[in-house]
Amino acid sequence: MKQLTQLIILIGAMFFAGLSSAAEPIKIGAVAPKTGPLAGGAAITQWPNIQLWAHQINARGGLKMSDGSKRPVEIIEYDDRTNPAETIKAVQRLATKDKADFIVAPYGTGLNLASAPIFAKYGYPHIAVSAITDKTGELTKRYPSMFFTLGTTTAFASSVVDILKAMRDAGEINNRVAMVNVADAFGIELADSARPIFKAAGFELVFDKSYPLGTQDLSPIIKGAKAASPTSFVAWSYPPDTFALTELAKIENLDVKAFYTAVATCFPAYAGKFGASIEGNLGAGGVNPDAPELQDYYKSHKEVTGKDADYWAGPVTYASLQVLEQAIEGVGNTDRAAVTQYIKDNSFKTVMGDWKFNNQVIDQYWTVGQWQGGKFYGVGSTGKAGQKKAVIKKGW
Amino acid sequence: MRFSDYCSLTLVIGLFILAALLPLIPDSDYLMSLALPIAMYTVLATSWALFSGPTHYISLATGAFYGVGAYVVGTGIEFIPYPVLLLIAGFSGIVLAGLVGIATLRLSGVYFVIFTLGLAELIRQLVTWIQNNFTGSRGLYVLTDITENYIYWQLIALTALVFLVGWLIKRSRLGFALRIIGNDELVAGHCGINSAGCKVILFMVSGCFAAVVGAVMAPRFTYIEPSMAFSPELSFQVVIMALLGGVHRLWGPLVGVIPFTLLWEVIASSFPTQTVLLLGVSFLLIVYFIPDGVVGRLEDLVKSMRLARPGSNRG
Amino acid sequence: MEVLTNGFLLGATYALLAMGLTLQYGVARIMNLANGEMLVAGAFAAFWAFTANQISPFYAVLFVVPLAFIFNWLVYRYLLTPLVRRAKSQGQLEVDTILATFGMSFALVGIMLMLFGGEFFTYSYLAEPFEIFGSPYGLNRVVACLASVFICGLLFWAIYTTRIGMAMRALTSNPDAASLVAIDVPRMSALAFSLGGAVSAVGGIMLSTFLTLDASIGVVFTMKALIIVIMGGVGDIRGAIIAAMVLGIAETLVASLIDPGLTLAAAYLLFILVLLFKPEGLFGRKAI
Repeated sequence: MKQLTQLIILIGAMFFAGLSSAAEPIKIGAVAPKTGPLAGGAAITQWPNIQLWAHQINARGGLKMSDGSKRPVEIIEYDDRTNPAETIKAVQRLATKDKADFIVAPYGTGLNLASAPIFAKYGYPHIAVSAITDKTGELTKRYPSMFFTLGTTTAFASSVVDILKAMRDAGEINNRVAMVNVADAFGIELADSARPIFKAAGFELVFDKSYPLGTQDLSPIIKGAKAASPTSFVAWSYPPDTFALTELAKIENLDVKAFYTAVATCFPAYAGKFGASIEGNLGAGGVNPDAPELQDYYKSHKEVTGKDADYWAGPVTYASLQVLEQAIEGVGNTDRAAVTQYIKDNSFKTVMGDWKFNNQVIDQYWTVGQWQGGKFYGVGSTGKAGQKKAVIKKGW
Repeated sequence: MRFSDYCSLTLVIGLFILAALLPLIPDSDYLMSLALPIAMYTVLATSWALFSGPTHYISLATGAFYGVGAYVVGTGIEFIPYPVLLLIAGFSGIVLAGLVGIATLRLSGVYFVIFTLGLAELIRQLVTWIQNNFTGSRGLYVLTDITENYIYWQLIALTALVFLVGWLIKRSRLGFALRIIGNDELVAGHCGINSAGCKVILFMVSGCFAAVVGAVMAPRFTYIEPSMAFSPELSFQVVIMALLGGVHRLWGPLVGVIPFTLLWEVIASSFPTQTVLLLGVSFLLIVYFIPDGVVGRLEDLVKSMRLARPGSNRG
Repeated sequence: MEVLTNGFLLGATYALLAMGLTLQYGVARIMNLANGEMLVAGAFAAFWAFTANQISPFYAVLFVVPLAFIFNWLVYRYLLTPLVRRAKSQGQLEVDTILATFGMSFALVGIMLMLFGGEFFTYSYLAEPFEIFGSPYGLNRVVACLASVFICGLLFWAIYTTRIGMAMRALTSNPDAASLVAIDVPRMSALAFSLGGAVSAVGGIMLSTFLTLDASIGVVFTMKALIIVIMGGVGDIRGAIIAAMVLGIAETLVASLIDPGLTLAAAYLLFILVLLFKPEGLFGRKAI
């Protein structure tokens, strides 16, 4: 009996010795909705990209450390059910119980901001992607390890106005704009900042209404907009309404020269549903899909996750993970303060081009995209290369 | 007061002090991430039970009061000092609960349940519409220096307050009237008790607490979104926690909140991909197997032990 | 006219949403908060039939109805019957079932997430303009409206002319008395519950042709159905249809004439007013 015990102890000791000599994985926490109102979006832009990134790193043996070893990454996922209280709890759990080395930023503006104090408290670099706010200055000052990559509310609104202005100056559209927004934080904020910009540019908002989140019938909106006879239609919309508004505009034959819907216009499902009729539709985001690094990205995304990537937040999410990857390899260990500093000081080669954080914010980003020939090209940005010219929409 | 009362009073005060000292323990961060929701749900569930226990009304309006409290802070934080906002939030909760109470407490059973659910949605729609058309993005951001520990201490203080209020109500004429109403409303009416009035007062107390909790929690979320502030899920959780504990004792909800929060934490951390499925299943199991609440179970246990003793003597 | 037509189309959609819950609540006395999830499951079946197998979503009805019926029968038999037996009063049963079905809705969301993932599912089917009185409407909405009229008609006929329907009506008005006149109450309740589930799933198929859904969106439909059922009066199919129409037309009116931002607020306000002034519902009778 005693011998047996000794044997067990011996085997156990060997087992643990073996474990510690093999490269210990770097623990990466990931918190985002798998259920709840934002789950549909997260399932397209957030989760598959984390999966792709981890797959690629582990396929090449792991992240290179300064001592020459390679450490694989291990993803710890939590579902926050689109509930900020759960996001906070899950990030705290990752930091204190799971002792995650790094944590991927959550999904959605509210969930990112709710967890920002926790990221800051434990010194995790927080490279937020799906968070659009005008308060980047205030927030980055408050949270020194927080980074923004997707853009600001005002930039999104003014980019749309700029594109319409160019069209108007070319004599393609007139001053009449119909604007609608979903009455949730995102839509309220965008509509609120767009109103004065439209006015300053000399546009007339002939129809300016909101609709509640979860409205089942948006046809009164499209009918009302149509009755105001605009030449441009702008909707600060969420995924389900983006689909519904587009379908109704098609049915009602809303004959505008510029048709803009915000989130989800860049989703592959949008093209899948509407086919060629969305030629010329404008939407939030955009990329330069002809860039070689993005073409590689789309190919491997399809191979690894089995689905097509979108043309905006998905690649940006992946780029934010590339930043983390390059910063960890640049530092050569998992010292979070050093990695955060590295992110601040260096520039990164990503699928979205070269990234350099300016006061913790990427200030060159895509703002407006347009479906042209089956791909969603960036037609508005704050100084991105490879930008196409927006064209007017020629009917449905 | 008898001697045993003093003993339990000392015990209760001691427990509160212990709870309040929790953040000062080194490396208590993970513990804190559980203690904070426990404190929050204790206030919500206990104040809910203050109303629903004696009256048997199931209110799903907790989310509405909570949301109103959060919005008061969100809208006013830039101009009004935070403590004043807490008072305003509490006051709004009282007014709202008073109006709703006067209008609806003659509804009974399932109508009241569905009404309160609809009410929460109505308020959310109105608040959103007002924000969309008048205040714009103001009211979305709550950027303060209030840390997790301060939120926790505020919640602990609220817990103490809700227990104190509950205890006072039990001892007061109101509490006596409520016991009669709970047993038989008709009898209460014949005794000259204004049962509608009693119910409305209790509803106001419970609404006030829920609104203040919403206000206290607002700084934690930094960004107030209507769909999250007015969450129906919160209302349901409060109900199930209170029922799991037991609503006929003041400390009943507490013994529901603690196991429930811990259970959900275990599920969320061990089964990240199937969290929702298992939460649903645990919800079902509670309804099926602990219908009378933990308190009911405990009381059964005590009773059977007392019964067992003389029985065993005879045997 | 345009507003009225639109309101009618929307109202018919709502009737479709609420019909299942009316049966479940009215006859079987189960306030089923997992009703919306059943609907989403039906919608997903249609989506799957259309995208993976290129068959019309309407053929999906053929396999969705029996499957949904069996599934709901099992749910009633094994999950809800214990609650019905245990309940000492109607009130307690209501509380128990509300909590149990709320838990069930979570569980169903989890199962659907496991089966179909969390993405939005959407496809285009009959998304063509169809002219009524000279203005265009989505053909898919018109078809859904016709389906709704057909289903409501069928249920109406079944409930008001057949023996089983009479038994169900008896159950609605007084379950205790019903058992006295040799109505097999548990079986009848199970039948009504399963039928309600099947109708909800069919509603989901119709909705999927023009709405974008995902695994966790069911609760939105549950809320709508709940309002309509309560407004219409417990277990009254006529009441539910009228309430759905009133709601559809009111929402469209508010959206077209006042502000689309207030549509849902108007719906809830209407609901609350009905509850306050006629708590037994538009068609309900007092004293159950």
